Amino acid sequence: MFLEKYTDKLNTDMVQILTPEGVLDENLRPKEFTDEIVLELYKKMVFCRMCSDRALKMQRSGRMGTFTSVEGQEALQIATEFAIKKQDWVVPAFRELAVMWAHGVPMENIYQYWIGNEMGSRPPQGVHVLPVSIPVGSQMLHGVGLSWAAKLQGKDEIAVNYFGDGATSEGDFHEAMNFAGVFKTPTIFICQNNQFAISTPRAIQTASKTIAQKALGYGFPGVLVDGNDLFAMYAVTKEAEQRARKGDGPTLIEAYTYRFGDHSSSDDATKYREKSEVEAWRPKDPMKRLQVYLGKKGLWNEKIEEDMRAKFQVEVDAITEKAIAMPVQTVDEIFDYTYAELPPALAEQKAYLKTMLAKKAALRPQAEGEPQRATAIKEEGGTNG
Amino acid sequence: MANQALTLVASLNLALKQEMAKDKTVVLYGEDVGFEGGVFRVTEGLQKLYGKDRCFDVPLAEAGIIGTAIGMAINGMKPVVEMQFDGFFMEGVPQMVDHASRMRNRSRGAFSVPMVVRMPFAGGIKALEHHSESMEAFFGHIPGLKVVVPSTPFDAKGMMISAIRDPDPVIFLEPKRLYRAFKQEVPEEEYFVPLGKASLIQDGTDVTLFAYGSMVRECQKAAIEAQKMGISCMVVDLRSISPLDRDAILYAAEKTGRVVIAQEAARTFGTAAEISMIIYEHLYGKLKTPVERVTGFDIAMPLLKGEDMYLVDSFRILEGIKKVMGKA
Ligand SMILES: Cc1ncc(C[n+]2csc(CCOP(=O)(O)OP(=O)(O)O)c2C)c(N)n1
Repeated sequence: MFLEKYTDKLNTDMVQILTPEGVLDENLRPKEFTDEIVLELYKKMVFCRMCSDRALKMQRSGRMGTFTSVEGQEALQIATEFAIKKQDWVVPAFRELAVMWAHGVPMENIYQYWIGNEMGSRPPQGVHVLPVSIPVGSQMLHGVGLSWAAKLQGKDEIAVNYFGDGATSEGDFHEAMNFAGVFKTPTIFICQNNQFAISTPRAIQTASKTIAQKALGYGFPGVLVDGNDLFAMYAVTKEAEQRARKGDGPTLIEAYTYRFGDHSSSDDATKYREKSEVEAWRPKDPMKRLQVYLGKKGLWNEKIEEDMRAKFQVEVDAITEKAIAMPVQTVDEIFDYTYAELPPALAEQKAYLKTMLAKKAALRPQAEGEPQRATAIKEEGGTNG
Repeated sequence: MANQALTLVASLNLALKQEMAKDKTVVLYGEDVGFEGGVFRVTEGLQKLYGKDRCFDVPLAEAGIIGTAIGMAINGMKPVVEMQFDGFFMEGVPQMVDHASRMRNRSRGAFSVPMVVRMPFAGGIKALEHHSESMEAFFGHIPGLKVVVPSTPFDAKGMMISAIRDPDPVIFLEPKRLYRAFKQEVPEEEYFVPLGKASLIQDGTDVTLFAYGSMVRECQKAAIEAQKMGISCMVVDLRSISPLDRDAILYAAEKTGRVVIAQEAARTFGTAAEISMIIYEHLYGKLKTPVERVTGFDIAMPLLKGEDMYLVDSFRILEGIKKVMGKA
């Protein structure tokens, strides 16, 4: 009897402003969302989906390593990024192509990373985006630390953590939420609940009704939002951003969405989920409702879409070419960033590797080696003297 | 019963299947191991066969997986849990080091933790960051843990059965590069490959090569090349990092008087260093040349385009062989 009486009846309502059918709740429309802005953000979403699709194609043709598609999660990433300032920190997991790009990482760098060169994780000067973080959940604490440091130093910066529903099961999620609550750090937690962690459905991650309501236990607000609704994601994140900037502390936003694609290019989702389930989500695609909305304003039709895509296609082609043409790691690069200064033993190991590669290259007939690799080795041999 | 030609993955699957049939207390769990059968399919079909109570998916939490397995093991179960990749074991290592390894000692034998933590091990498949780690020396440094690495389908089954029956926690490292690299005859019936025993892959007279995991194959390739130069190599698969088979190491090292150790992991404080020290302590003055270590570097495993530069291959091992033969 006590359990029933004293357990909060938690709110499980979901914030939605633009329905999947493209109907807008005019009262809730963010004032910044002029038609031009909405079109601009829609274009970014289209561009990111095209870049994500291209990356998958590159992976299939052997030009990229494992890749995790962003398809379906573009609206929430573009909207949340639009709600923060340039100096704010974006702390991604690995499925954040859209927000990383929107916040200033050039797309060719993102490709370069997935192709398999660490150089892709070096953002341009002043771009506050941490590198991809593969260990699930581990990056959230960094976001808390970044924003805590900003608070302590009186900098006008907040941090936004991106992570999946699976990540909420890791101990690091608890620790990050707890620190953020205790120290009232200017942090926004964006949980992209795309219903799956590889093959594992959301129900196996938590018995909690929503992920949003977990925030209550840490002493700050948590809100469930339609993650495929650009308007709602922006409106709620903006509020969280202002709350953080005012010094009122963190917010958890559960972006309710769906992973349309496989977990990654190494995965086959048909093994563990029904086609009908995916099809049922298709009408809720974040792009579709915007097309209807913009269509009503005369800003979208098939022809506009086609022209937009044709233009982006040229850009994506150019980015692809640029990324493929980027050199692979040199021996110097794989050693020189281990410490600020290379210890003598490591310098010795580096010299040894250069000698080995030069010897091997001398042995190998030209035709056998990949041309790219062969030149890289030749240069190395040269610097080795 | 008939033998079958199996890959390492299929051989592990067979071992798990048979152990689950024999012992109701054996349970398998981890991330995506139940319904999907694991990202490498080592546990494929086992949920269907034995039900969701014995082979299941759990929340995405490595400390949770290992910590609960400790409790299960203390209370009469035989958990065989999976870390999806070697790099993610890190999230669960505190439970392994602080508790699994010490429970027997802490309770003066009242409690023990007979569990197996399986994981794909080391590089060579051009995966993402944290998917190609070689931390065996670190685990080998922890008192109370056993650390083993099969390199053939035959050994994989025999060692898995031994690991499941072992009274102490075993870290079972599965070289992911070898998962489907080749097939080997694997007996259908039960057999044991003892943990802590090395295996002689081939005999030789000039140089002894020590390796484990995928490095064994690289040593075999190097040995073939060396043979063409008139150098005869003995190849020893250590199979176990903890405990190390000291008798085998000393026998093999003394026999040829020249030693090359191949290790994919970073060089410093590695398994090769420990083997070298065992040889030094017991065979001081009896070797013809200093021990040669062919190892990874003291850097993070590069992302995939740089992986080949990092990995120890037969070429570098052959250079090591030439060096100890005075032919470099
Ligand atoms: C600590 C850790 N354990 C396991 C993995 C392997 N892994 C990669 S992604 C993933 C699922 C992540 O699910 P979620 O957090 O929901 O993010 P999503 O992939 O859905 O974007 C798993 C288990 C990992 N990368 N890190």
